[in-house]
Amino acid sequence: MNLLAFDTSTEFLSLAIMRDNTVFNYDVLAGQTHSQIILPQIQHLLNQAELQLQDLTGLAFGAGPGSFTGVRIAAGVAQGLGFGANLPVVGVCTLMALAEASGASKVIACLDARMGEIYHAAYVKDAAGWQAVIAPGLYKPDAVPAVDGADWVGVGSGWQTYGEMLAAAYHGQVQSTQPALLPMASAVIILAQPIFEAGEAKTAEHAIPIYIRNRVALKTAEREQGMRL
Amino acid sequence: MLVLGVESSCDETGIALYDTDHGLLSHALHSQVEMHAEYGGVVPELASRDHIRRVLPLTELALKDANKTLQDIDAIAYTQGPGLSGALLVGTSFAESLAFSLQIPTINVHHLEGHLLAPLLEDNPPAFPFVALLVSGGHSQLMRVDGIGQYELLGDTLDDAAGEAFDKTAKLLGLGYPGGPALSNLAKTGKPRFKLPRPLLNSGDLNFSFSGLKTSVLTLVNQHQPLDDETKADIAYEFQEAVTEVLTIKCMSALRETGLDNLIVSGGVGANAKLREKLNAATKRKLCKVSYPRLEFCTDNGAMIAFAGAMRLKDMQSNTDKNYSFSVKPRWNLSELQAP
Repeated sequence: MNLLAFDTSTEFLSLAIMRDNTVFNYDVLAGQTHSQIILPQIQHLLNQAELQLQDLTGLAFGAGPGSFTGVRIAAGVAQGLGFGANLPVVGVCTLMALAEASGASKVIACLDARMGEIYHAAYVKDAAGWQAVIAPGLYKPDAVPAVDGADWVGVGSGWQTYGEMLAAAYHGQVQSTQPALLPMASAVIILAQPIFEAGEAKTAEHAIPIYIRNRVALKTAEREQGMRL
Repeated sequence: MLVLGVESSCDETGIALYDTDHGLLSHALHSQVEMHAEYGGVVPELASRDHIRRVLPLTELALKDANKTLQDIDAIAYTQGPGLSGALLVGTSFAESLAFSLQIPTINVHHLEGHLLAPLLEDNPPAFPFVALLVSGGHSQLMRVDGIGQYELLGDTLDDAAGEAFDKTAKLLGLGYPGGPALSNLAKTGKPRFKLPRPLLNSGDLNFSFSGLKTSVLTLVNQHQPLDDETKADIAYEFQEAVTEVLTIKCMSALRETGLDNLIVSGGVGANAKLREKLNAATKRKLCKVSYPRLEFCTDNGAMIAFAGAMRLKDMQSNTDKNYSFSVKPRWNLSELQAP
């Protein structure tokens, strides 16, 4: 199975190609230049793996949550490539990709969502794979949902920005943190592989971002009632 | 050559196929107008979220309607700007990635060039050179057009665009958003009763100003509280008279100053029946010709982008070392364009 995965949900561009059992990676701090470098770097990595787009089994992408613009670039690229090369696509939740990238098996994944909030989920890995103990959601860092037990690992940028608040909320339950960890394409590929194997990948138009934050504007009637975002 | 056009610069997703031998083969459009209406204006983030859901299904629809497959496409043209950056990025990333997978060239189109050239999609298209009036919610410009990419700005609005003035005045009259078309509709039942100013009519240049009109309407509205339906209609009538009269007279001045006898009108306000009536009469009196796009191509669409792209195939052919790096130009001055 040959897969291409990409993530543009953070300020990094992360690419991975799995050719049979060999993985090729490319990760770079892209800032706001994802659009300028993603396709040239995909071509570069394909060359390195000695593959053509048409040799791929499918495409996987970090679907979010994350930067709205970033996850839409990934979705747009997944749609364009998937439609043009007739490849199935799998969107992977970036919080689960963080959990996979951590190497741990009990993970509280938090991404800085700006505006004083975090994207949050808690996962436990068992024989069947990752189980979401707490589904992805949007929270204030001082009002995160409780988890059971100890030995959790805290990962992602949320732990960077709100480390103290999260440490207080999960006092005594978190054994270590990896605040600098990113939703890597190499983790996206690992999570996507069983979905391709199960034949559950979808056609390209289903490459749609996961936003979590869905209230982005007030309707006229809501504004008139004095509501705020 | 078959060109796929992709438009996603604001609140309409448009896809079209233009064949350089056989003309426009198909076009598909989704307007987000109803979605934004509840918010009283275009919400950029929601616009982007909608584009990413529409762009691929509309492409499939356009291909099916034209009885073509992806492999028939020779180049992909897309709107690179100006517009909402997040919205532009959706069409851009999809178009570039699709072109990458098909290994075909892309053509970056300026949205306003698309509008400017839209009347050329019709039968008996106007020949260069001509004067173009571009009037929409975002623009009110007069241009001299000598050919593709040869645009000289003759006049511009100093404040609000004409379409913006329509929408804001409609709001003052309680007609909701987007109120421009509703205002024109209401004006049909209005009578000449009020007198609004004709801004910059005798300014000696070809510039426009519409924000003062809105203030004058506000004064009228305040003087006639509570507003009855008849008063609303009479205000709408006079407002439309004022805007369309100024636009018409400035167009005629532009024709006179350039010595040209050919006018084209494009953009959403170009669909306004009263404006068309006045321009038809004025150009006829001066033995000039006036051309419009069909009504559905006055507003944003993929057909004008596919067409503008096809007119710039030369640009594409000179761009052979393409590496599919892409970016958008939310602000992009039309005068930066060059002839292909």
